[in-house]
Amino acid sequence: MIDFLNALTLLANYIIVPGLAYGSQLALGALGVTMVYAVLRFSNFAHGELMSFGAMCTILCTWALQSFGISLTILPTALLAIPAAALITVLYCIIINYFVYEHYREKKIDTNTYFIVSIGVLFFTAGLIRLVIGPKDQNFSDGVRFILKARDFKAMTGLNEGLAIKTTQGMTVVVTLILVAFVFWFLNRTRTGKSMRAYSDNEDLALLSGINPKKVILITWIITGILATVAGALYGLDKIYKPFTFMYLVLPVFASAILGGVGNPVGAVVGGYIIAFSELIFTFAYKKFLFYILPESFSPDGLVQLLSTDYKIAVSFLILVIVLLIKPTGIFSGKTI
Amino acid sequence: MPFLIGENMIGGYGGQNILNGCTISVDKGEIAVVVGPNGAGKSTAMKAMFGMLNLSKGTVSINGENMEKLKPQQRVLKGMGFVPQNNNVFTSMTVEENLEMGAFIRHDHIQENIQQVYELFSVLKEKRFQPAGELSGGQRQQVAVGRALMTKPEVLMLDEPTAGVSPMVMDELFDKIIEIAETGVAILMVEQNARQALSIANKGFVMVQGENKYTDSGQKLLANEEVRKAFLGG
Repeated sequence: MIDFLNALTLLANYIIVPGLAYGSQLALGALGVTMVYAVLRFSNFAHGELMSFGAMCTILCTWALQSFGISLTILPTALLAIPAAALITVLYCIIINYFVYEHYREKKIDTNTYFIVSIGVLFFTAGLIRLVIGPKDQNFSDGVRFILKARDFKAMTGLNEGLAIKTTQGMTVVVTLILVAFVFWFLNRTRTGKSMRAYSDNEDLALLSGINPKKVILITWIITGILATVAGALYGLDKIYKPFTFMYLVLPVFASAILGGVGNPVGAVVGGYIIAFSELIFTFAYKKFLFYILPESFSPDGLVQLLSTDYKIAVSFLILVIVLLIKPTGIFSGKTI
Repeated sequence: MPFLIGENMIGGYGGQNILNGCTISVDKGEIAVVVGPNGAGKSTAMKAMFGMLNLSKGTVSINGENMEKLKPQQRVLKGMGFVPQNNNVFTSMTVEENLEMGAFIRHDHIQENIQQVYELFSVLKEKRFQPAGELSGGQRQQVAVGRALMTKPEVLMLDEPTAGVSPMVMDELFDKIIEIAETGVAILMVEQNARQALSIANKGFVMVQGENKYTDSGQKLLANEEVRKAFLGG
């Protein structure tokens, strides 16, 4: 029995807790990608850099707050900085939309061109970030590091294995729940949210109904900017802010959106968690886990790891390929919000 | 002067004229039906009257007011309702949300209107929380008409409302359209099912190559030997 609990704790510590946190970050990222896809009908490859931009703004605002001696004591100060950072990111989105995407929308350019344009925006944003904050890593997490320390857990339960929950992990899950609930409430309950869904569903009929496309697009960018900032800031807090990682983060984010059904917000959230857990499940070394649950004589010699952690990103690639081959519309058959 | 009139309309897409001076009009409480062979410009005429196509010549007016400079959305505010032939519902949204979106342009209370639509189309009330995309063809048409009714239009324009529905559903839909007309709304529709449509029409327009060929009451057109032979299949 003790062995079983130890095995369970091991899984909780290395897969469930980090999976929930990472899944939340992916879910927020994928939700942003899906919103842009649903309304503007293109795959926004600049979304990873947008998350990076949001994280950078959060860091700058955190520094500003810290220089005034403001802190949240136990929680990271960054939590206070996120609203201001989101505002800046939203402004950035609106400026990019006005000067770049709107130009192509008026020309009624096809969606493939849009997606190439978004790659241009990706490089521009990445360059801007290097200019402002530099290419170096930034650690901006402060406050209490752990909600639950592994040592305390061991003392509490008397188990061999410890369970640690970082403050940033707990915060990530809570903030994600609140934000996702808000986005769903907005889309399903408010007039403006419904008009976005209507525009996404049937553009011509929405125009006939008097829905203003410019307003719908503006609101889409506001929501996307907020989602990207929160996702980027939480990711940066949880790990460390590395400007270069966001270029790779785009892949699991897109895999999540496509797996769930691109354009479908429920799908994006579900997809985020599935991708996060798959990455962890495929790269976890099960040696210790099997040691606990199998009789001693069956104990494996190797690490019992399906893939080295270096191949983490390959997991989302693999899922992406499988989904596109088997069910390209994703789990929730996307296309509209 | 009729309530809604498109007079001597000339226009088309990309320099090619489809409408060659046709005139279509309808009065309040009346049902006017536009029939004619494929490619005669029936739908185009209706789109021109709703402002979805720029006319090179001719005028469209409601109640004597010229609509020339107004976009379709603005014409909705002037009392026009339009039900397109295809893609006329938001498939991923519920029936009730479809009706709400129909009233998007209004900022007052719409609940009363929704109830009126439910009274007219009782099946929609049962399916109010179901996505419109899951409904049958006939029910979808009801959602589409209901959506257009949400702005309390004075004239309702229907582009082939019975395309692709069974004869039984068609009869039911025509009954509802008569009911709507009886409340004082002007109804203008383009129809492929010419015989049935003319039988409920106060006024019929037979269009050929963008021009009026015959204009008369529905009954008289049905009785007209030439019209029967050429357009109604005997």
